[in-house]
Amino acid sequence: MTAPTAPVLAVVEHHDGRPRASALELLTAGRALGPVHAVWLGDPPDDAGPLAAHGAAVVHVVPVPTPEAGLPASVAAALAGLAEATGADVVLLASGFGAKEVAARLAHATGAALMVDASAVERDGEGRVVTTQQAFAASWTLRSAAQVGRAVVTLRSNAVRATPAETPGAAEVRVAAPARPADPRVRVVERTARPASDRPDVGEADVVVVGGRGTQGDFSPVEDLADALGGAVGATRDVTDEGWQPHDVMVGQTGVTISPRLYVGAGVSGAVHHRGGMQASGTIVAVNTDPDAPIFEFADFGVVGDLAEVLPQAAAEIRRLRGQA
Amino acid sequence: MKIVVCVKHVPDLQADRRFTDDGRVDREGVDGTLNELDENAVEAALRLVEAAGGEVIALTMGPDDAEDAVRRALQMGAHRAVRVTDDALAGSDAFATAAVLAAAVRRLADDGPVDLVVTGMAALDGLMSVVPTLLAAHLDLPQLTLAAELSVADGVVRVRRDLDHVTEVLEAPLPALVSVTDQANEARYPAFAGIMAARKAQVPVWSLADLGLDPAAVGGAAARTRVLEASPRPPREGVVITDTGDGGRRLAAFLAENGLLA
Repeated sequence: MTAPTAPVLAVVEHHDGRPRASALELLTAGRALGPVHAVWLGDPPDDAGPLAAHGAAVVHVVPVPTPEAGLPASVAAALAGLAEATGADVVLLASGFGAKEVAARLAHATGAALMVDASAVERDGEGRVVTTQQAFAASWTLRSAAQVGRAVVTLRSNAVRATPAETPGAAEVRVAAPARPADPRVRVVERTARPASDRPDVGEADVVVVGGRGTQGDFSPVEDLADALGGAVGATRDVTDEGWQPHDVMVGQTGVTISPRLYVGAGVSGAVHHRGGMQASGTIVAVNTDPDAPIFEFADFGVVGDLAEVLPQAAAEIRRLRGQA
Repeated sequence: MKIVVCVKHVPDLQADRRFTDDGRVDREGVDGTLNELDENAVEAALRLVEAAGGEVIALTMGPDDAEDAVRRALQMGAHRAVRVTDDALAGSDAFATAAVLAAAVRRLADDGPVDLVVTGMAALDGLMSVVPTLLAAHLDLPQLTLAAELSVADGVVRVRRDLDHVTEVLEAPLPALVSVTDQANEARYPAFAGIMAARKAQVPVWSLADLGLDPAAVGGAAARTRVLEASPRPPREGVVITDTGDGGRRLAAFLAENGLLA
């Protein structure tokens, strides 16, 4: 039995001093589990307002003075200290390959249960943490319960919709001890932030338009539809292997895993590697010239047709319906 | 250089993958194969040893069928292989798996130190991607995970890794643990000589007792999470139309009707 007042730590990601979309989702999910505290790694936020609005009672700022202090093992050690100091029994992180490494180290250090890529998180009647996860390219749904008193959970983006709390949190900023390099043997030779695109981030966007081999390298119809929908552009493995799009927009089980409210696949066949990264999406729409493409087997709406014709027409109609044309 | 490559036998992606009634991956009723992402790990290890000399040892944990995974690694060119199995391991979580693999790596160091442990980036059944991290923690090795590029020179391993928003180059002295992504290399197909050698190879089997591990610390009873329920997702009941000139407008109408343009 967990004391209902144990805080929940939400490790919020940020960019240019502002929280990422996933940060507000984590706070929304976290405050359903208990008093939610944001953990902010790096220089303090420009404005704690959005964190307060989404229910953060406290914002723990953990300075990261050197690149080595930002490595997963170092961050995990800092989080373990914070969990200990606050008595938190749940730590939430936004799913991603780096976050999973932090989560694994943290669970290892604290003896916590580890639940990754959750699409929902709740407490059962006894206060245990229960998560929902998708498996086998989202063809199965699992519910799992933590068997120990503390849980580290990574939550998929778009798993919950960020909504402001009825009562905003105080978002009291507390500066914690800085993260320290956990392993003196590992040296960061170079760390480069990849330039952000003007469009929403593919891993976070609630609408994603993915182009596959059927684009033959011409992404202008895909980009046009993404812009009409205010969404992100993604690509299949074939496309990034061809160099038509950069690797970081590759959607699939070894690339970005997405679960947007709306997924549109254009010229995407729907091979299992790709499905593993997108099949948990809310609504799936497919456009492909091949009526036998596997993607039509799991699409909510499919158009057998040429994407170069269908996408521009759809984009124009969407702009008209939205009164933008 | 002595390299241990950890590999896993997983249900074939093309098969009808499912869970058993007690919420475990069904490994018996579904065809299995070497986890495809582990082929990149084997390939990375082979290239390092081909350049610098040494041996590659393939290590797996799992029931009898899992021998296929290390046998595939032998076909590709691994020099020898070991399999850890024990009835008590059924239902083990990632923590127990990492503890067992760590104990096996330590035992493999009995006849000479292990310089590098290499794994794939994830197993395509669970897709948790956490065992490499946990294994590095257990072995107290520098962790250089998700390598899209990997090199070893003068006893120092260097990797390039692409995370969600940053690219990093990391370096650490050997011994170390590395996981490689599917961008790191193109895995080779086994050659005829490799297939013949793998057929003759003996794969020793180690139990928990051989590794000095307590059966109570592994398996389903020790797992930190328990599956309450596993259910197949009902198929989507979709509509497929053929474009006759208004396919784009009908697509837009579908989105509007379903509140997706809000």
